[in-house]
Amino acid sequence: MAELRTETMTVNMGPQHPSTHGVLRIILELDGETIQSARTTIGYLHTGIEKTAEQKKWQQVVPLVERMDYLAAQSNSLCYVLSVEKLLGLEMPQRVKDIRVLLAELQRLASHLVWIGTHAMEIGAVSMLFYAIRERELLMNINELIAGFRFFPSYFRVGGLREDLARGFHEAVNAFLDRFPKKIDEFEGLLTKNDMFLRRTEGVGVISQEDALAWGLVGPIARGSGSDYDVRKYFPYTGYETYDFKVPTATEGDVFARYRVRVAEMRESVKIARQAIQRITPSGAWACDDTRVVPPPKDKVYTEMEALIQHFLIYSQGFTVPAGEAYVPVEGPRGEHGVYIVSDGTNRPWRVKMRPPSFMAIQALPKIIEGGMIADVVAVIGSNDVVMGDCDR
Amino acid sequence: MIDASSIIDTLTPLVPGASYEVGRSVDFATIYVPARHLVATCKALIEVPSLRFNVLIEITAADYLPREPRFEVVYHLLSIPTRQRLRLKVRVASTEVDGVVPTVQSVWPAAGWPEREVWDMFGIVFDGHGDLRRLLMPEDWEGHPARKDYPVQIRKAAQTYEPLEVTQDEFKANLERDRLRRAH
Repeated sequence: MAELRTETMTVNMGPQHPSTHGVLRIILELDGETIQSARTTIGYLHTGIEKTAEQKKWQQVVPLVERMDYLAAQSNSLCYVLSVEKLLGLEMPQRVKDIRVLLAELQRLASHLVWIGTHAMEIGAVSMLFYAIRERELLMNINELIAGFRFFPSYFRVGGLREDLARGFHEAVNAFLDRFPKKIDEFEGLLTKNDMFLRRTEGVGVISQEDALAWGLVGPIARGSGSDYDVRKYFPYTGYETYDFKVPTATEGDVFARYRVRVAEMRESVKIARQAIQRITPSGAWACDDTRVVPPPKDKVYTEMEALIQHFLIYSQGFTVPAGEAYVPVEGPRGEHGVYIVSDGTNRPWRVKMRPPSFMAIQALPKIIEGGMIADVVAVIGSNDVVMGDCDR
Repeated sequence: MIDASSIIDTLTPLVPGASYEVGRSVDFATIYVPARHLVATCKALIEVPSLRFNVLIEITAADYLPREPRFEVVYHLLSIPTRQRLRLKVRVASTEVDGVVPTVQSVWPAAGWPEREVWDMFGIVFDGHGDLRRLLMPEDWEGHPARKDYPVQIRKAAQTYEPLEVTQDEFKANLERDRLRRAH
């Protein structure tokens, strides 16, 4: 009788693999179908955005940071503009704050829609992707309406917004908000009680609350393990303290718990967006009135010399930011997003550093998948919702 | 918001010999920590019940060329039980001898990759890390791109490699060496 071969097998997954959400490489060492160890390699999407940002003027960095986490563009730019405004000491008009809240929540919905579509598709529910992308299309249309750009609107600017809301904005948002809760019910009808989906997700990829926090996985991953940490509740920014919403949590810490947390988050986001759209008037203030940062209104530029000079200075040299440093976190779709900026008092940033939630999620990936089955790797990557642009920057 | 001097008052009896310094900030408390007392300070920060900084948000650095000490390593901490944030800073000189910060992986396991990234980008060595390899840059990259004296626009010819050819035995030996290195 031939001797049984008992050695382990090394399998390379990625970087070009459809389930790694970009270009993530995992080297798996397998004992049969069980993962003995996993090593991750990142950096394939590193584009040096932080170094590039040091060469740009403060306002020019906004489109750059939006390209980091490309599924949550406005979450990146929101924490960047909040950090710069913190250093400048700017206070926004209430209408600007409400619009920012609304767009941040719509961005969260757009990101979660890509997540639910790809995550379900990767573990077998292929049609889910089409339903999710169909709804996301409506959100992309709203971006196009306000900014002319569907993916990276660059609509948040230091000092407010780029311009006032477009005509038809309220109708488009209300139409989406009326339609969307029924669609979440549809998604849940497809997945939440689906026996196949449950078998692939329940008890898979478990991480305890202590481990999640020790590995820096603050966000939906920690909330799926029982933590209630949400930046919007703990450190409210841009007026979140005035909105009525809950922070969904689950205690199991498995893939299904993270699924339930994110689906419940979508319902809460709709709730916040409804409150915000009711507060926003169709026209009104769309920037603060600080003349250091915001150019004067056009009628003054055409009639007053000082206004013309100020307009020219802002668009040619940019504005200076007082020396110092700031870190303002926001609750992004993937967890705590934040930008650490250092200013040396000139019109260009000295250092810009994004705090990437996906970076931490991929660092902790071996911890979650080791000891599990090889087929579960795809489920765990999907439920951790990693974006390689966010991880590699 | 907790202020830096009250944290220093709590820390000073717990970490003998350490001299802290309050940093200027517009958002939350900032403390300068001497590199040799960093690990003891972090242990105290996570263990003392009134502080409990249980989450390491990120580690990054900034290059203040031509100032000396040239680098600052920045640690952003979060305490979920007490709802506080804290920024720790360690000054690092550009000379090789002083340019070493102890790793805080023993306190927060999440420190592994952020420290690797800081080494990759700034060349700051983390003492006791054990796995300071390139993280974002290619493995054979030279230099540390986030330094201020590193040029922004450089042209590098695309590198190509011959296909790797190893025999079955070499392949197994590689795996075995790798396994030993990780076990170590």
